[in-house]
Amino acid sequence: MALHFELVTPAKLVRSEDVHMVVVPGSDGEFGVLEGHAPFMSTIRDGDVQVFKSEGAAPETIAVKGGFAEVGENGLTVLAEHVEG
Amino acid sequence: MPSLKELKDRIGSVKSTQKITKAKQMVAAAKLRRAQAAAEAARPYQERLAAVMASLAGKVSGDSAPKLLAGTGSDKRNLLVVVNTDKGLCGGLNSNLVKAAKAKAQELLAEGKSVEFYLVGKKGRAPLKRDYADEITGGYDTSNVKTPGFDEADAIAAELIEMFENGAFDVAHLVFPTFKSALAQDPTINQLIPVPSADVAEESDAVVEYEPGEEEILEELLPRYVKTQIFGALLEREASEQGASMTAMDNATRNAGDLINKLTIQYNRSRQAAITTELIEIIAGAEAL
Repeated sequence: MALHFELVTPAKLVRSEDVHMVVVPGSDGEFGVLEGHAPFMSTIRDGDVQVFKSEGAAPETIAVKGGFAEVGENGLTVLAEHVEG
Repeated sequence: MPSLKELKDRIGSVKSTQKITKAKQMVAAAKLRRAQAAAEAARPYQERLAAVMASLAGKVSGDSAPKLLAGTGSDKRNLLVVVNTDKGLCGGLNSNLVKAAKAKAQELLAEGKSVEFYLVGKKGRAPLKRDYADEITGGYDTSNVKTPGFDEADAIAAELIEMFENGAFDVAHLVFPTFKSALAQDPTINQLIPVPSADVAEESDAVVEYEPGEEEILEELLPRYVKTQIFGALLEREASEQGASMTAMDNATRNAGDLINKLTIQYNRSRQAAITTELIEIIAGAEAL
């Protein structure tokens, strides 16, 4: 049970890993993505992406700015313009 | 026949030139590696974005398509966005770019369309001004930043999109060097605005949900796509500049070496000739006694 999560900026591929759940700040509200999520696409607002490595683990937050998220067969891809840190 | 002193000075001057070209070559080689890495790191983003664009563009078509995708309905007024380097000493890179831009301009003019130029980078300004002084409408100066990054691409894209929305042009083409290797950088011309709709590869069966809506996403995506294209062009330019510079300076260093060898031989010959003449004079003098 793992979700493949990729976080990409124009400068580089920031993350590419298998995680439990990711919470994305969509422009119409936050949404969590688990494995097997239906195909989905959303623009995101500036905010924190929360990455849960495993169930119940403390989330790791990554601040992102501008971009969009795509959920497809091969997992979740977040294309962000800027990533903090 | 130059005198010994003249030859010696000449050798000295060529040697110091060689030192400069050698240093520039090594700097370029080091920078090339970094520029290439940056260009490679940017690729995943571009690929993903292009893939998403293609799938979305197929769904939103017809009258509802945003202007950036559908165009103004005319292709009369063309804008050539020419990406040149800011610094010289990189062989024929800039003149090749200018040549490609001029050829494209000629082609468009021959079709009865009008052409304007938007210049990025310093080195294209002078040669294009010579032929198309009145057609240069704008430009962006990247010479005061060390390595042009996403912020510059952002600014250029914003200005171009604004010009487009104000109806300053119908079609924009991007002229930039594509880095193939240190020896080859090809000028490439891509249509930038309206965003060329890629042939939709495969219509996936999966019903994708969009939030907010398909059109809203597309509207946000299109400027981003333009930006990414320009960013890619800037990175390619960086790599091409360093590659071309490295090759050109390598040649220059080698030529300087050859020239030094030739001059040294000439110098030694002249010196030997002078010594021989002197000896003959002494011997002749001794014999006369």
